[in-house]
Amino acid sequence: MTRRVSLIKNLDWWTILLYAVLVFLGWINIYAAVYNEEHQSILDVSQRYGKQLLWIGAAAVLAIIILIIESKFYSAFAYPTYIFMIVLLVAVLVLGRDIKGAKSWFELGPIRFQPAEFAKFATCLAISRYVTQYNFKIHNIKSLFISGVILFTPMALIVLQGDAGSALVYSVFLLVLYREGLSGIVLFLAFLAALLFVFTLIWPKFTVLIIIVGVSLLVAKASGLKWLAFAKALAMLAVSSGLIWLAAKGLKIELSNYLILIISLVLCAIPFLVHTYKNKLQNVAWIVLIVFGSIFYTFSVGYIFDNILEAHQRTRINELLGIESNPYGSGYNVAQSKIAIGSGGFSGKGFLNGTQTKFKFVPEQSTDFIFCTVGEEWGFVGSSVVLLLLLTLILRLMFLAERQRSSFSRVYGYGVACILFFHLAINVGMTIGLAPVIGIPLPFFSYGGSSLWSFTILLFIFLRLDANRLELLR
Amino acid sequence: MNNFSNRIYVIGGIFVLVVLIFMIKLFNLQIVNDSYKLSAENNSQRQVTQYPARGLIYDRNGKLLVYNQAVYDVMIIPRQVKVFDTLDFCNLLGIEKLDAIKKLAKAKKYSRRKASVFLKQLSSERYAVLQEKLYKFPGFFVQPRTLRKYPRQSAAHALGYLNEVNNKEIKADSYYKQGDYIGKSGIELTYEKDLRGEKGKKIYWVDVYNRIKGSYRDGKFDKQPVSGKDLVSTLDIDLQEYGELLMQNKKGGIVAIEPSSGEILAKISSPGYDPEMLVGRVMGKNYKALVQNDSLNPLFDRALMAQYPPGSIFKMVNALIGLQEKVISPFTRFECHSGYHVGSFTMGCHAHVSPLDMRHSIMHSCNAYYANTFRYIVESPKFGSVNNGYDVWRNHVMSFGLGKSLGTDLPHELKGSIPTLDSYLKLYRRKNLRALNVISLSIGQGELLITPMQMANMCAAIANRGYYYTPHIIKAVGEEKGIDEKYIKRNETSVDSSYFTPIIDGMEMVITGGEGSTGGLAAIPGIRVCGKTGTVQNPHGDDHSVFVAFAPRENPQIAILVYVENGVWGSRYGAPIAGLMIEKYIRGDISDSKKWTEKRMLEADLIHQADAEKKISESNNH
Repeated sequence: MTRRVSLIKNLDWWTILLYAVLVFLGWINIYAAVYNEEHQSILDVSQRYGKQLLWIGAAAVLAIIILIIESKFYSAFAYPTYIFMIVLLVAVLVLGRDIKGAKSWFELGPIRFQPAEFAKFATCLAISRYVTQYNFKIHNIKSLFISGVILFTPMALIVLQGDAGSALVYSVFLLVLYREGLSGIVLFLAFLAALLFVFTLIWPKFTVLIIIVGVSLLVAKASGLKWLAFAKALAMLAVSSGLIWLAAKGLKIELSNYLILIISLVLCAIPFLVHTYKNKLQNVAWIVLIVFGSIFYTFSVGYIFDNILEAHQRTRINELLGIESNPYGSGYNVAQSKIAIGSGGFSGKGFLNGTQTKFKFVPEQSTDFIFCTVGEEWGFVGSSVVLLLLLTLILRLMFLAERQRSSFSRVYGYGVACILFFHLAINVGMTIGLAPVIGIPLPFFSYGGSSLWSFTILLFIFLRLDANRLELLR
Repeated sequence: MNNFSNRIYVIGGIFVLVVLIFMIKLFNLQIVNDSYKLSAENNSQRQVTQYPARGLIYDRNGKLLVYNQAVYDVMIIPRQVKVFDTLDFCNLLGIEKLDAIKKLAKAKKYSRRKASVFLKQLSSERYAVLQEKLYKFPGFFVQPRTLRKYPRQSAAHALGYLNEVNNKEIKADSYYKQGDYIGKSGIELTYEKDLRGEKGKKIYWVDVYNRIKGSYRDGKFDKQPVSGKDLVSTLDIDLQEYGELLMQNKKGGIVAIEPSSGEILAKISSPGYDPEMLVGRVMGKNYKALVQNDSLNPLFDRALMAQYPPGSIFKMVNALIGLQEKVISPFTRFECHSGYHVGSFTMGCHAHVSPLDMRHSIMHSCNAYYANTFRYIVESPKFGSVNNGYDVWRNHVMSFGLGKSLGTDLPHELKGSIPTLDSYLKLYRRKNLRALNVISLSIGQGELLITPMQMANMCAAIANRGYYYTPHIIKAVGEEKGIDEKYIKRNETSVDSSYFTPIIDGMEMVITGGEGSTGGLAAIPGIRVCGKTGTVQNPHGDDHSVFVAFAPRENPQIAILVYVENGVWGSRYGAPIAGLMIEKYIRGDISDSKKWTEKRMLEADLIHQADAEKKISESNNH
């Protein structure tokens, strides 16, 4: 009995309270979103809100089971669980049912089940396990490679299912790795890459090139380049560009400004590298490399965007960046979603009084766009409360993670926090037009058993680990 | 334990930052920017305008003149239109597919989000069928409207017609929206604000498929339409119809007024048209036909807008002015030798005994008598000059409601013209007017222009012995039966009532004076009718036949003007028609002794006869 008592005593009840509040709010918002007068009872299981209650009940049972299981089980069975999920992900490709263009569902009688949702906690377990192995070194090529394999395998399988959104979730493990010591430069580069991606799409490539060159020159100056050298570099670039332009004129070759600048950059890079080598300016050499990396990257962004992304993904990104705008076509969802949220005003229209969501202007209102109901019926106050509740939960999880003595528990905790955050950021960002439309659920809010259970499992495994934090050392 | 625990701040910082950005964006969406609220309203509410029933119009005896019939406008919101069975839809509406495509394009061009009319005025029969199937055609709905309906195909000019508002009218009054109807002429125009009532609205919740989900906030913001006010016209529709019948195949007008109140009993402009012609979908076509293809211009309201010289009926006014200014007396006699001669100047007259006193001058319509009278007035030494004399004369004339807008409650009323002194001085390039220059005014010819309405009103003023009420066609508006004050205010002429007796004597003699009386055909057994013929010189063809009359002599119930273009003599058409009208109004029936007159008037055809004569003369010339 002492074990039971200590479990109850050591459980983080704050987190459980937050979880319960969020699940409850999610449930009543689903009720509001699909409310119709013929089925007024919130318990009516023919309606989504009734069903959601069943899922909630099942989730509670699941949570209790997870808490009862010995905490060592999770680290011990991390790999088997992971491999089992990978098998399921492969199986769903063969046996799964096609719903809305994604072959990511198993269908067993009335119950649908989405393995991609559950792959999250399995992957989280596996990566936590691997990262905390004694021979793991964060900047060791082999370690990074294996981590990559653990993350990319489910990602690739989910992309193959046609659910690119769920696959993107795995990119958030970069943050977990960062916490475990991955160089900040990687994070910074990832940020730069995202920024460049956007710039490349919205600005002409020549402008982007000028920005790259300009920024890197400034960075070079900041990292120790002398004024004289700075001026020399600029002058060299200008003179060589001018010469190439003249030469092109003379030879009657049509050269775009963009090409002229690139050729002169290449020409200037050689003496510049020699100079930095002589003066042992390692940083500056890095910068030159980054410049060329960026140029190559801008090329590939265009290529990836035009040739690898699918048409609907392209238009979603274009809509988001304002490159194209069609509020009645590709942009309909987001336009309606913004109208719904915007019409909520400061305190909202009141429970069940939302018009946009109730009258089905907003698509997917109980699943991916559930935040619209919150925004419309509870206004700025309500949506802020929901955002802050979720943020509090995430920060709480990070705080809990930090107090773990077992690295496995810590990494897993960060994994949970980061996954929740990614869902929050993309889902809410999408409804208010700050992120592309990627169909991933809002944790604890969106309708659906699979997602609710997956988040419950994710969270409660960590709570179980946390309850045993004093006993777990590794 | 490891060196990286500080990184919680970096990661946490990122999370907090992102949530902060979201909250700023939410703040902007939900609080700063309210365009989203408007979008939401438009998205999910549909306002259906509730058109009020337009006021009805009754005649003075409570007979219905105008009422409403229900029709249904098929409305469209292009954005909500889904692919539908075009053929089925066109069959339901009874239109061609090509037409439907055109209408669809037009609606899209107007607005994709706002409702516009797809097809106007669907009959209730078609609507009944359509209603059942409307659910198959999202984006379409039906808006009930009303059209005017006329139980008596009469009084078209007076009643006026409706048409869709134009941009100018929308700009002038924000009440109107594209596609609304507004009175364009007649009573419909002057009493538009009373008749139209007040539009209401019903707000419905609609879902994304445009299905009505119920009324918005239980109808809290709905507005019931307020029906237009009913009007009671002064017209006697039986008299009106009878007058139209008498005037068939003739050009001209009749105006009958109740002198004791200024109420217009009948107002006929011939040729007219059936008011049903300018209703509904046929309107456009008919309007074009009436305006373009009909040389007789049936839309032209001669009673208010035709300006004719009044001819001899104007002589009474000159006699009255002469008496008022005391330049002549009822017993003043003037000689007439087949006209008025001064030097080389001659104004002809027909044969009658000479000299005549005032009473007989009216009976015989002696031109010389009035040439003299007019000169006595304007040349009277008490005015100092003819110029002053003319001004005095003109003021007297205008006090009879001539040469100025009467201010009736009918639109497009013209003023007519009593030329000013200046205009004559300019015309003759003189400083001082000479009476002989303007002597035609003495017999109602020359530059005088008077509308039939003014002539009838002048007659009413004589019947009242010196005053008139502004003629009007509506005697009660709405429940409160209100009417503009100016129609109950007595307008005094500048002639004292004591001077009227000899003139009225003369007018009675016109009818029953025995040999030489010109209006005998207006006589009615048992009713003392007073009248005056006029024959207006017409340089373009046959002279116009004019007749004014009132009856009975004491406490007159009706004053009437009949003007028949190319009717040759006042006695030929004007007098008999006036007589019939008076009898019809007072007795309600035509006595047997006058049936032959009635028959003759009904059969008289001046329009086609004139055409025939014209053709004959043309063929003779060739």
